[in-house]
Amino acid sequence: MSERHQQSKEIGDVPTGTGEDTGNAGIVRTKQVTFDQPGQRLALEGGGELGPLTLAYETYGRLSEARDNAVLVTHALSGDAHVAGRHSANDRRAGWWDMLIGPGKALDTGRYFVICSNVIGGCSGSTGPASENPATGRPYGTDFPIITIADMVNAQAMLLDHLGIDKLLAVVGGSMGGMQVLEWAIAHPQRVHLCVPLATAARQPTQAIAFNEVGRQAIMADPNWHDGHYYGGRPPSKGLSVARMVGHITYLSDEAMQEKFGRRLRDIHDYSFTFSADFEVESYLRHQGLAFTDRFDANSYLYITRALDYFDLTRQHGSLVQAFREVTARFLVLAFSSDWLHPPYQLKEIVSALRATHKHVSYYEVESHYGHDAFLLEREKMQGIIEAFLKSGARSFAAAR
Amino acid sequence: MRRFDHKLIEDLVPQGATVLDLACGGGELLSELIAAKQVHGSGVEISQEAVEACVGRGLSVFHGDLDEGLADFADGSHDVVILSMSLQQLRRPRMIVREMVRVGRLAIVSFPNFAHWSPRLQLLLAGRMPVSRDLPYQWWDTPNIHLCTIRDFRRLCREEGLRVERELYLRGVDQAPPEHALAPNLMARIAIFAVARR
Repeated sequence: MSERHQQSKEIGDVPTGTGEDTGNAGIVRTKQVTFDQPGQRLALEGGGELGPLTLAYETYGRLSEARDNAVLVTHALSGDAHVAGRHSANDRRAGWWDMLIGPGKALDTGRYFVICSNVIGGCSGSTGPASENPATGRPYGTDFPIITIADMVNAQAMLLDHLGIDKLLAVVGGSMGGMQVLEWAIAHPQRVHLCVPLATAARQPTQAIAFNEVGRQAIMADPNWHDGHYYGGRPPSKGLSVARMVGHITYLSDEAMQEKFGRRLRDIHDYSFTFSADFEVESYLRHQGLAFTDRFDANSYLYITRALDYFDLTRQHGSLVQAFREVTARFLVLAFSSDWLHPPYQLKEIVSALRATHKHVSYYEVESHYGHDAFLLEREKMQGIIEAFLKSGARSFAAAR
Repeated sequence: MRRFDHKLIEDLVPQGATVLDLACGGGELLSELIAAKQVHGSGVEISQEAVEACVGRGLSVFHGDLDEGLADFADGSHDVVILSMSLQQLRRPRMIVREMVRVGRLAIVSFPNFAHWSPRLQLLLAGRMPVSRDLPYQWWDTPNIHLCTIRDFRRLCREEGLRVERELYLRGVDQAPPEHALAPNLMARIAIFAVARR
């Protein structure tokens, strides 16, 4: 195993901010660990193995002596390991869930040791289709194996082994992150005490598969795609940006779009009578699509959406009740009222299945008009309940050990 | 001080039962039942603050609106379903009683008895909607939209074909139950019914 500490300090010495009641997670760096020993290959659900395996991750706060305060945050489709804090003092953008993670926040880095790692198949430091294929010495491209949510979770389990963490206090994540949370509870029941899945489902809904397929078709129709072997040349940016535009629509809601853009025109007083981006909503989507191509790899988009589409605990275990049978973790399930990608009924399905075998589960529905994106925005409405759940869970965790 | 209505409900709940407490608030009754009877308890609650309080106490709670029924709960999935002092605040009390006996083998319902002599007298003598310690609201802002009497509730049970297993009376949440329940519909401020399907 080799470790590349892009950071000068060891784990647990990460700055935890200014010590204010609610503050930032401070300056953080993404670290990487590579598992390259013969026994460290990751066996994949779809068959075959992946290795060497590199995982990018960030940590915040300090791991306690008893190693009983670790909280793993799992990210969504386009997320990465940078979940909180800033990479430099003048970094304009904080991590993607900075609103909930830091000293005094819901995931209080004064109490908890928070970990987030980039999923395998991704393009933000963990092994993915853009990584070097050891068999050829060139990027994998579409020779990268199909990976699943279970594979992502098993890779995270390797990271926990590396960090010396036996059992997590909690796994928390929204959307695809929520699927990883469910998978954690099922695949590693002895390693998780609390689970907080948000805005997610126990099986990828048909409509979400449909939108993902549109995105994939846009990428594969881009003449620069070349069956996924475009590294070294021009990437299929047009296709990827269209995929992102489609995705973005599913993250908003009718009401949120209406409120944010209405039918407002962009810098003009009248229609241009052309196909340029007259409407603000068009210009917004084009911008989002384009900006995405700077930070995301088109092949990763194909692989990760595939992992999403294949996720179906019912198919895998016979029934959802059966899937959760061995679960020991306590659950807090969060739904968002206007989320039409994963409407509340999909989260209630999870709750009902857990309740069928008398698992400890709480359900909370956040009233929001932000659609699916609400789990990234509704700080005020989420922090209290998550904080309460983690605090009471930390007590029962300590009592059980 | 321990509420006597909670104590009476506790006596009706078997040791280790699976209990669903509807409109569980901050989880006081549930916590008491877990401590005293080691029940597998969970609650349903509409208020965000109350759900948070429950979660903070380590309770299992479902954020939901009882006026929409208990569609998320399977038939016969609980030994006991409790509705403590909230029946009168629901828009569809008859529906919720039906739902309770569907989901639970035993339903425990407690409610303020509107036929107690005090509200009767207020209505008769002052000619105004009764306001008391138990029902402290003015008519225009009361959450108690479906008040009933002991006789009314018995009649509902009869119409629904439910078996009344126990009927208990209190003169107040802080007063021990009377030895002899004389004219309960006149003398009891609070009634507790344990009912089940026939």
